Amino acid sequence: MSEYLVNIEHERLSFFTPAGEVKALNDVSFHIAEGEVLGIVGESGSGKSVTAYSLMGLTAHPGKLLGGTLDFNGRRVNDMTEKEFQKMRGNEVSIIFQDPMTSLNPVYTIGNQIREALKLHTDKNKAERQARAIELLELVGINEPEKRLKQYPHELSGGMRQRVMIAIALACEPKLLIADEPTTALDVTIQAQILELMMELKDKLGMAIMMITHDLGVVASMCDHIAVMYAGNIVEYGTTDDIFYNPKHEYTKGLLRSIPRMDSREHERLIPIEGTPVDLLNPPKGCPFASRCDSCMQICLREKAPVTYFGDIHYTSCWMNQKAELEGGEER
Amino acid sequence: MSERLIRVEHLYQYFPAGGFGKNKKYVQAVDDVSFFINKGETLGLVGESGCGKTTTGRTLLRLYEPTKGRIIYDGKVLFDSGDVPVMDEDGKDVLENGQTKIGAKTSVDMRPYRREMQIVFQDPYASLDPRMTVGDIVGEAIDIHKLASSKAERYDKIQSLLQRVGLNSEHANRYPHEFSGGQRQRVGIARALAVDPKFIVCDEPISALDVSIQAQVVNMFEDLQAQMGLTYLFIAHDLSVVKHISNRIGVMYLGKLVELADSYELIFHPVHPYTKSLISAIPIADPKTARANKRIALEGDVPSPLNPPSGCRFRTRCPYATEQCAAEVPKWREVSAGHYAACHHLEEA
Repeated sequence: MSEYLVNIEHERLSFFTPAGEVKALNDVSFHIAEGEVLGIVGESGSGKSVTAYSLMGLTAHPGKLLGGTLDFNGRRVNDMTEKEFQKMRGNEVSIIFQDPMTSLNPVYTIGNQIREALKLHTDKNKAERQARAIELLELVGINEPEKRLKQYPHELSGGMRQRVMIAIALACEPKLLIADEPTTALDVTIQAQILELMMELKDKLGMAIMMITHDLGVVASMCDHIAVMYAGNIVEYGTTDDIFYNPKHEYTKGLLRSIPRMDSREHERLIPIEGTPVDLLNPPKGCPFASRCDSCMQICLREKAPVTYFGDIHYTSCWMNQKAELEGGEER
Repeated sequence: MSERLIRVEHLYQYFPAGGFGKNKKYVQAVDDVSFFINKGETLGLVGESGCGKTTTGRTLLRLYEPTKGRIIYDGKVLFDSGDVPVMDEDGKDVLENGQTKIGAKTSVDMRPYRREMQIVFQDPYASLDPRMTVGDIVGEAIDIHKLASSKAERYDKIQSLLQRVGLNSEHANRYPHEFSGGQRQRVGIARALAVDPKFIVCDEPISALDVSIQAQVVNMFEDLQAQMGLTYLFIAHDLSVVKHISNRIGVMYLGKLVELADSYELIFHPVHPYTKSLISAIPIADPKTARANKRIALEGDVPSPLNPPSGCRFRTRCPYATEQCAAEVPKWREVSAGHYAACHHLEEA
């Protein structure tokens, strides 16, 4: 099929709510190679988590995949049955969620929860599972693993819980680790520890990481490629350097301008993106960002922008890149 | 010398947390914190969750009654527990007959001061009453303080407040659930401005907002300050935003103020080991700098404020910790002009 670990093409997904159809994903395409770290950046509601969940067959109830193909590890995810999904989840692809307190079960010990993953996916016996659980806790840097295995989630701090989540996710050495805002609920010094741990483990185990976040700082230090999402579209995709030093979409540019810089030595006024995010119930006809864009042209309101490539990897869909041609022919 | 609007002296806030008699336990949320805020300036307060920055802000407004300490607003003592040393303008304890002078016990009625000191809360979803219209939320303060003599005047006031924070006049009849997070935070700000205050505690006002909206709200805070001559205590855990908006920054750790300095001085020349690691831990939104950046990794987690370490509270995670750190609480000293820190090992660190 394809040489990529993950290959998503033209995915469209909607939630059919009582209020109407919410178009969560609109023609999303990207791929992840083995061992690659892809960052997905966007605001809340831009569809970053929905993309990841659909790959694992976790789309919540009123949601429905309307089109496109999703391939993972040489298999078509579209026509997988729930049984096949269960086999895949936790084994080949794992996820860590934002809030470690709500994703760990409060009434089971840490050990119980780690061994559960091993029991479901491996044919290790009881003693082997225990040994592997200890090994995993050591791997994620938790001291006194034997003691910790007997503790409950509430006895651990936030950073510690997130380490346990990572240990569970890595129990079967997955090929892909999806990290859905893994450090948003944590403090900066703990965030630094967890990010460092993730990168270390990636090098050790050779897995690919899909890093979902709204924090540009997090993706800058760890990702190979970045996809910027807005209102269910990937508006720009490229290497980390492309996105940060050569952004081509007005939204990416605006996002980079709006964050305060740590290294500036004098006070610069922030340049915000005006307006509010799109209402996905009634998405605009043209470019989703048009209503907030400073350089919005008439064509932006009418039609979706075509994909423009800069080099092999970097692409964006923004009419600004066709501005010269448009001005030659059509009216502004 | 600029005029002091707020002075906080030896502020303590202990919350009871179970136990009886001499076994009674306390969460030492704020422990001997002293600082001042000049008129028209923004003091930033940063620290990790649980370090006591929000408690400091709330205690300062006497939303929590302080356990100990003194709070002075515009020269008037709002609260004095009667057992802490008096400080002079520069934050040094005043000596009287060779002994530290102790203030007289005071506790004033806060109602008149509520008009001058206001707060904007972190969560714009939880801090607005869902059953009140935005007009009533903003108008409530006007009613309580009897700031409008007629219905028409009240209406006009509400309209001008909403406009000031970038909302439309038609928004007054809507309910909070009809607004986005950024707009709700604007309502919260309009409510704080309703009484025409001089001082606002901004308690993580942008943490719950999307990145593209954060800049809008930060700019609005700056504009309001310029227009109305406001003084802010800006509490946040995001150091890059605090650096952007503040004149001076204080860093808190486990209930103690560990360092305080001019914003740029603090960011570019931090002296306390905790501040240094905090700054190095911030993810930088610039791939080249981020790759070159060497993190000063801190081991372990923040200890419990129920039972904080003896001496310096940071010693359990500090790379420079010695026996002295466990024995003595480090003194709050002036390292250079206006730059304060509390650490035994400033020279080595």
